Amino acid sequence: MQTFQIDFSDSKPKRIVGIDLGTTNSLVAYLSGGKPEVIPGPDGDPLVPSFVCFPPEGEPLVGNTARRALPLHPLATVFSVKRLMGKGVGDIEAELPLLPYRVTGTGVVQIHAGGQVRTPPEISALILRQLKMNAEAALNEEVTQAVITVPAYFNDAQRQATKDAGRIAGLEVLRLVNEPTAAALAYGLDKRKQGVVAVYDLGGGTFDISILRLHDGLFEVLATGGDTHLGGDDIDNLLLKVAMEDIASEWRAGIEGNQEAIQLLRRAVIEAKHALSFVPVTHIRFEYGGRRYERELPRDVFNRLITPVVDRTLQPCRQCLADAGVTPEQIDEVVLVGGSTRIPLVRDAVARLFRARPHTELDPDQVVALGAAVQAGVLSGEVEDQLLLDVTPLSLGIETMGGLVSKLIHRNSAIPASATENFTTGVDGQTNVLIHVIQGERELVRDCRSLARFDLKGIDPAPAGFARIEVKFLIDANGILNVSAKELRTGKEQSMDVKPSYGLNDGQVESMILESIEKAEEDFQERQVREARVEADTMLAAVEKAKNNDAYWDLSDEDRAGISRGVNELLLVYHGSDHHLIQAKIGELNQSTMALAESMMNAAVSNALKGTKI
Amino acid sequence: MTCWQCGLPADALFCGGCKALQPPPSGYFEFYGFPRKLAIDSAELQRRYYALSRQLHPDRFTRRSAREQALALEASSILNDGLRVLRDPVERAEYVLTAEGFAMPGQRTKDVPPELLEEVFELNLALEEMRSGDASARPALETARSHFQSMLNGADSELAGLFARWDESGDRAELARIRGVLNRRKYITNLVRDVNQALQ
Ligand SMILES: [Zn+2]
Repeated sequence: MQTFQIDFSDSKPKRIVGIDLGTTNSLVAYLSGGKPEVIPGPDGDPLVPSFVCFPPEGEPLVGNTARRALPLHPLATVFSVKRLMGKGVGDIEAELPLLPYRVTGTGVVQIHAGGQVRTPPEISALILRQLKMNAEAALNEEVTQAVITVPAYFNDAQRQATKDAGRIAGLEVLRLVNEPTAAALAYGLDKRKQGVVAVYDLGGGTFDISILRLHDGLFEVLATGGDTHLGGDDIDNLLLKVAMEDIASEWRAGIEGNQEAIQLLRRAVIEAKHALSFVPVTHIRFEYGGRRYERELPRDVFNRLITPVVDRTLQPCRQCLADAGVTPEQIDEVVLVGGSTRIPLVRDAVARLFRARPHTELDPDQVVALGAAVQAGVLSGEVEDQLLLDVTPLSLGIETMGGLVSKLIHRNSAIPASATENFTTGVDGQTNVLIHVIQGERELVRDCRSLARFDLKGIDPAPAGFARIEVKFLIDANGILNVSAKELRTGKEQSMDVKPSYGLNDGQVESMILESIEKAEEDFQERQVREARVEADTMLAAVEKAKNNDAYWDLSDEDRAGISRGVNELLLVYHGSDHHLIQAKIGELNQSTMALAESMMNAAVSNALKGTKI
Repeated sequence: MTCWQCGLPADALFCGGCKALQPPPSGYFEFYGFPRKLAIDSAELQRRYYALSRQLHPDRFTRRSAREQALALEASSILNDGLRVLRDPVERAEYVLTAEGFAMPGQRTKDVPPELLEEVFELNLALEEMRSGDASARPALETARSHFQSMLNGADSELAGLFARWDESGDRAELARIRGVLNRRKYITNLVRDVNQALQ
């Protein structure tokens, strides 16, 4: 019954976790004695489905519970939110009909679900908060610092949105790591020390290809490419379309517009897709409103259907090889990442292109999270012999005369990278200069992605061309742009306003953080209360059991009264929300049972001695 | 120079006393510890890049002060920018020329080098024909492409010779000649790109 207090000293540096915030599933992992390990959720599943459901009452559901709720609350459940990160409504029009939730907004996308309106970073933050809680429960300590992975081909707005999500969830995002690079890191642990590696990452919603050179613990990315709008979701949508057409002709009534039916059918086609990775023929089986639909799906029919999707991954691969300056023969190893790489057709296509048999030893669903944990170890100093040298996936430029792009930092440049550009005024007395920053490879601004508009303001009125403002564009190790400007004549820092084209501004993020900090504290409090109650349960059960022991009745009346008082006081605070109070009462009860524990111990020892022949 | 953290004299990237990262030199040659020459040992450059990356990458500074993190970010951006410039002969030469006060033409230079005027005139005619759908210009364009390609190779070896001469003499007249070759080279590169586009 004697409990031992363990002292958690504060001097220990904070633990950093690695998070894979995926389109379909999310995972959290940490480095345990030098080896990365995934932390499962309370249900024991290492994958937390990236689903958030806003039920009519109560807190949002996240993960498996939210995914199971999808057919029940199709209009209140959000999935694949990663595809909306850093996007405007205009970017996603094509897929809106297949999403059960409504989307509006002019700059940042607003998601309407279950009577709630949230931005994609806020939805992602709910998933991150769940992962944070899972990690805290498993590690028994507060977790506040994380490495989060992003598709290598994510642009600045998508990266910034991911970082914002982390902040809203109460996580300091120490580094954004590219998913394929993280995967290489996971594989690189006890692999060959030299060589050229291609990482083919076909996830739920994004496709990445990266080519790395490995040497003595350095993971140098030579080139990267991809498509942030290509993945397993597209395969699901193709199957869904075929099945919906079938149903419309078989039942003489389609299910278009019926989100409940569509989401049930989506589940059915995904099951069929998964099955085809293991068996040559399967069936799509679907029941709704008392009617049945069943269709045989042989693998070769499936393959023909998805060939266009798989082919779309090959051009970025060829481009990446060219950018890296290597031929397929020079690729020593290929690593597969993402659930969609379980599809045999995908494996065959990759093997043919790179002329190497792909690695599949690590679970393609877990490898990115494992790599993120290794990177967390690099940041904490636990891993000393490995280092990632990554690149920026897209060129950075500014708008010049005639809507043309002037490139400042080219794609596949190692990051951190910087460029400086001097600006001046064009007319007498001009007091501000506008800079339009763009990401993309095309010559014309309208064919690239607008990133932000910077307004250099408060320039002293002077004749045209007099001001000399040096603007420094710096892409940091997260692949995120930082801009600073100074007036060269005075050396003074130049002030500016930043208007992100598709992101949240600082003020918006701040207020979301404020809202969620309260939430996060509540969460942490709640967990500590739950833990204190578990401890109290153990204590109370032990006391109850001791009442059957002679030693209890041998105690003085005073000692027994003390124990009863201790029990009652603990029971009084048991249902309260103050874990400190529960802990204090556990401590007091512990004190008042000291004599009992001692005599029970003595009795046990003497009994043991009695049974032993000396 | 004294260390910003402990005040001891510091003349290297890291303070000998407290090991703090110091403000890095902004010049690429100084940063990499190479003499300001146009010829460079590229294997040695790559070796120094890896060694310095291990020391300077921001991942190595997560647990350090905000000041040192900022310095690591600055130093690694100079490290990466410097490698890109120094390992490419054309960029390296442009970098030295700019530092020596020569104005360099922009990305979309339209000034035809005088010695190319005649050829460019004929090429533009062929390009027009090709773009208007007249495929009979194809052989002429293909010939022009290989001709310009060999001119590029010629320019490269001419540059190598001029680099060596400037490295030895430090004579600004060599730099002016280098600029002439660079301008011609850039112009031809753009032409080859146009021809490739038209032929696609
Ligand atoms: Zn010092």
